[in-house]
Amino acid sequence: MQLEILTPDRKIFSGEVISVKVPGAKGQFEILKNHAPIISALEPKGQVRVITAANKTEYFETKGGVVEVLKDQIIILTEA
Amino acid sequence: MANLKEVRIRIASVISTQQITKAMKMVSASKLRRATNAIVQIRPYTEKLKEIIDNLQSNMEGNIDLALAEKRPVNKVLVVLLTSDKGLCGGFNSNLIKVARKLVSEKYAEQAAAGKLTILAIGKKGNDYFRKTGYQVDTRHLDLFTRLSFENSSVVSEEIISGFLAKDYDQVEVVYSEFKNAVVQYFKSYQMLPIEALEAPVAVKATKHDYILEPDQAYIIESLIPSFLKIQFHRALLDNNASEHGARMTSMDKATENAGELLRSLRLTYNRARQAAITTEITEIVGGAAALEG
Repeated sequence: MQLEILTPDRKIFSGEVISVKVPGAKGQFEILKNHAPIISALEPKGQVRVITAANKTEYFETKGGVVEVLKDQIIILTEA
Repeated sequence: MANLKEVRIRIASVISTQQITKAMKMVSASKLRRATNAIVQIRPYTEKLKEIIDNLQSNMEGNIDLALAEKRPVNKVLVVLLTSDKGLCGGFNSNLIKVARKLVSEKYAEQAAAGKLTILAIGKKGNDYFRKTGYQVDTRHLDLFTRLSFENSSVVSEEIISGFLAKDYDQVEVVYSEFKNAVVQYFKSYQMLPIEALEAPVAVKATKHDYILEPDQAYIIESLIPSFLKIQFHRALLDNNASEHGARMTSMDKATENAGELLRSLRLTYNRARQAAITTEITEIVGGAAALEG
């Protein structure tokens, strides 16, 4: 899966990942390979957990925003 | 005949002016580079956000009533005027002020006459002008350009959005300069609020993806529209900033060129005067020697 995390100022993350856990507005959920297409708003303050293709775990703070998953392309837009 | 000393002083002063304009041009050039970089940086975010909103819109069933799209009779107006803090950038600020004045006189003359029009000045030059004309000028964010970042600009746009929701204003316009390149800027305005109503697509697109929407469509759209407005406003600020440096660079380049031309003609005058002085001196010496011999 391809993940991109974008903020207005810069691109925080871009690369191949195995798993992404996002703080959805309705509750936290994890995105794995072949996830159904989804658009979800994110919590005003939260944390994204990413497991990269190299099996490394990384955390990113997010502030609001939205996540879109379509055909194993994940895009997270957040403000800072 | 020009006085030698006077011309020499004049040349020295033109040289120092030229050095200043040249330095200012260099500074603007490097600031311009940084400013255009910032524009390039936010582009992916803007495009993706727009794409997601478009995606949502194409999946919409039935219209959504957005508070930010509410069209009310225009009673109170806010005009956000972006200008620069410093001068020496050619017609940049006067062009922006001209656009603002035209907008006010053509679209909001009534509200302005009734004192229901507020100008939110960002950048000192806009404030300097409108303070004298008797409009209400809000100067709380005058120095936004000195601390330009998305975080700081969000504070301002959030304030504008909540002002609209609280019915402090019924319409918000932003006057700014769109950045094309270092030489070309477009001075214009856009209506920030109310936004255009999102309508369900008339024909369902064939490429429609079946998204799961969490928590639901209305919630997502309502949370994304303010983001979109904020990024749009931030983009206007960045464009204006880049335009300012572009305009300053061009005008300082022109000034340096003009100083060079002036120097050429002054040097010609100087040399001519020097030559004349030498000729006179030689004539005098020769005359003096002839008188002694005779």
